Amino acid sequence: MQRDHGNRMGQGLFRRPMSRRGFVQRMIVAGGAVVYAGAENYNYVAAQGKIKLTQWYHQYGEAGTQQAAQRYAQEYTKANPNVEVDMVWKAGDYTTALNAALLTAAGPDVYEGSPTVAMVKAGQCVPLDDLYTPEVKADFNPTNLKGETINGHIYAVKMIDDTGCLYYRKKQFADKGLKPPATFDDLMNLAKELNSGRTKGLFLGNDGGISATLTLLPWSAKQDFLVDNKIVFNTPQTAATYEGLKKLNDSGALLTGSPTDWFDPSAFTQGLAAMQWTGLWAMPGIKKAIGDDFDITPWPAFDANGTPVTFWGGWAEMVNGKSKNIDAAKAFVKWLWIDNATNQKDWALSYGFHVPPRISAAKSATPLQSGPAKEAADNLNKYGKLTPPEWDTAMGTALTDAVSNIVKNGKDAATEVAAAAKKCEEELTREMA
Amino acid sequence: MTVRVPFWRRSNVEANIAFWVLIAPMLIGLGVFVFWPIVWGLLLSFSEARNSISIGHWVGWRNYSDMLSDSAFRKSLLTIVIFTAFIVPLTFALSLVLAVLVHTASFGRPIFRTVFFIPTAISYVVASLVWRMGFFNGLPYGFANMVLYWFGSSKVLDWIGTAHPPYYWLVLVTCRLWLQVGFYMILFLAGLQEIDQSLYEASWVDGATPGWTTFRTITLPMLRNTSVAVILLNFIAAFQAFDEFYNILGGGLATSGNVGLARPPLVYLYQVAIGQQDYGRGSAGAFILVAAIIIFTIVQGRIFGFGRRS
Repeated sequence: MQRDHGNRMGQGLFRRPMSRRGFVQRMIVAGGAVVYAGAENYNYVAAQGKIKLTQWYHQYGEAGTQQAAQRYAQEYTKANPNVEVDMVWKAGDYTTALNAALLTAAGPDVYEGSPTVAMVKAGQCVPLDDLYTPEVKADFNPTNLKGETINGHIYAVKMIDDTGCLYYRKKQFADKGLKPPATFDDLMNLAKELNSGRTKGLFLGNDGGISATLTLLPWSAKQDFLVDNKIVFNTPQTAATYEGLKKLNDSGALLTGSPTDWFDPSAFTQGLAAMQWTGLWAMPGIKKAIGDDFDITPWPAFDANGTPVTFWGGWAEMVNGKSKNIDAAKAFVKWLWIDNATNQKDWALSYGFHVPPRISAAKSATPLQSGPAKEAADNLNKYGKLTPPEWDTAMGTALTDAVSNIVKNGKDAATEVAAAAKKCEEELTREMA
Repeated sequence: MTVRVPFWRRSNVEANIAFWVLIAPMLIGLGVFVFWPIVWGLLLSFSEARNSISIGHWVGWRNYSDMLSDSAFRKSLLTIVIFTAFIVPLTFALSLVLAVLVHTASFGRPIFRTVFFIPTAISYVVASLVWRMGFFNGLPYGFANMVLYWFGSSKVLDWIGTAHPPYYWLVLVTCRLWLQVGFYMILFLAGLQEIDQSLYEASWVDGATPGWTTFRTITLPMLRNTSVAVILLNFIAAFQAFDEFYNILGGGLATSGNVGLARPPLVYLYQVAIGQQDYGRGSAGAFILVAAIIIFTIVQGRIFGFGRRS
């Protein structure tokens, strides 16, 4: 009975009745065809004597970036017909996808990221020292190179530099006779003064600025986190800066619970907050929304003994140590991010707003020669700070948890900072083992 | 003379071959995608595996002791126990009440059933974003703040970022309740339909009045197996909570300061394994969580008598 049923089913699906054996045979043939088709595609590229490089980008928000990245890849193939570059635009959670891909042998040859000690140990990136001739090296800001250097080797080439700015409304400040903040107390007083019910004084992110100012605050008190392979942030000054953030949160002048977060300028442009800390990348959007009625300033010094600061961020290109074509991948990175000043400026300035990492390229970049954009670029060079590659995600999580405890739960700042420092020291020992 | 039939042509052998051929893809799939990763994860939990999923650098129980001595991980276990203590009884009570109401509705029963079940089909991520950005944002025009305003309050609350009082529990619990109550209601409805109507009729003959008495003495006892299943499934789902915590408190990309308010184990393990690329510790934490779920399930099974004859 079962067999008959099977045959009837076969008759319904196919013109001719199909036996069970026939069905299995067809499935095996179909499966083999799929596998062969995949292998054939791979063999096609190899048979042409071509090198195929896969390059990963995270999804940039600005219109035109994907087409530009595609264009660069095609230009390279035009100049080097034996190399085919497969540009992959990774939407969604880029870091997770990249981390997963780098664990396998099928990861990208060239990718955006930041080198870490663990990545170097795992062979997920190769030193690119040979791309940095003395002239090339001299054309990058030393702070910038610090973020890519591990054990004396440079593992990446910076594609764009990003930085943060405190945005405020020029007209509002002029009408009220206010000045940009010079210290953290100034900032707190300004936030309170500009707080008017429906428009909050300041927006630092929906977590009350814990993530956005985690490193800025101690830096603004001339403190640091990890220097010469030692954790150095367990100081009374660091604890005092986080107590300051708690006071700011308790003042009621901060915007929290906004639909967007600090990296998006909507809260500032839509009048939900009078001032906002966000990136230089947001400047074109802000200009489009509110015209020239804005100005910027770096994060203020914590007190009279402190210094203004901003973060030195951005994206860098790296070459996968598991790539089968490391030399070709390095040559491509050199062509795109060291030799090709036109594309570097196009990438940094034609879509969003970033600073080209090459000093020569930044100097000749017209949009950065005047107004707030120039000020932001100058601030980056004067006050830009970054954490070294030895500072890893586990340390960031430990410190974020501590500051969250201080700001949200009112825990003692010195105790929390000391506990986080202990965790970070253990992590550092493990990292360096 | 008898014709010798080759052994593979004998009907029982042929049926066996067909059985294995047809079931093989599923078994291979299970083996490759379910059992092998579990075994590999167990081996990883005894390895030093940073930025790597290779095994071999054995460290014994160190990953387990590291996770158990990690205050953030222990706090995450406490967080999930608190969440479970809220969500399991609430889901149980609400889905049972809804099921009884729908079951006794004199009209439109299929419509009510569908309406309450629809949220089950909604993605947790989508619901979390609606809850965070729409209902419970901290702006004056956020839905929850508008409701406060209608009741005469001039307060604009930050529902997600305030630690004292912890309004974020309200956001997290209501989100999951909305998403899962319909599903458990369907289970209870199925249980209610199984109850023999003559039991109620007999009780009426004996003088019982329809209402709380029959609910307590007939409906609830007859729903015992369904109830235990609901509690068990609900409990496991609660211990595996991730999406709403990650999406409501996480805030995406670079904002993670609110995650520390209520971080369940899966979010912490995600940070350890995927964020910090420490697959050894991440796997060890996952097996500790599995052990906790198994222990709680066995204890609960003993208390409620799961599988015992009615």
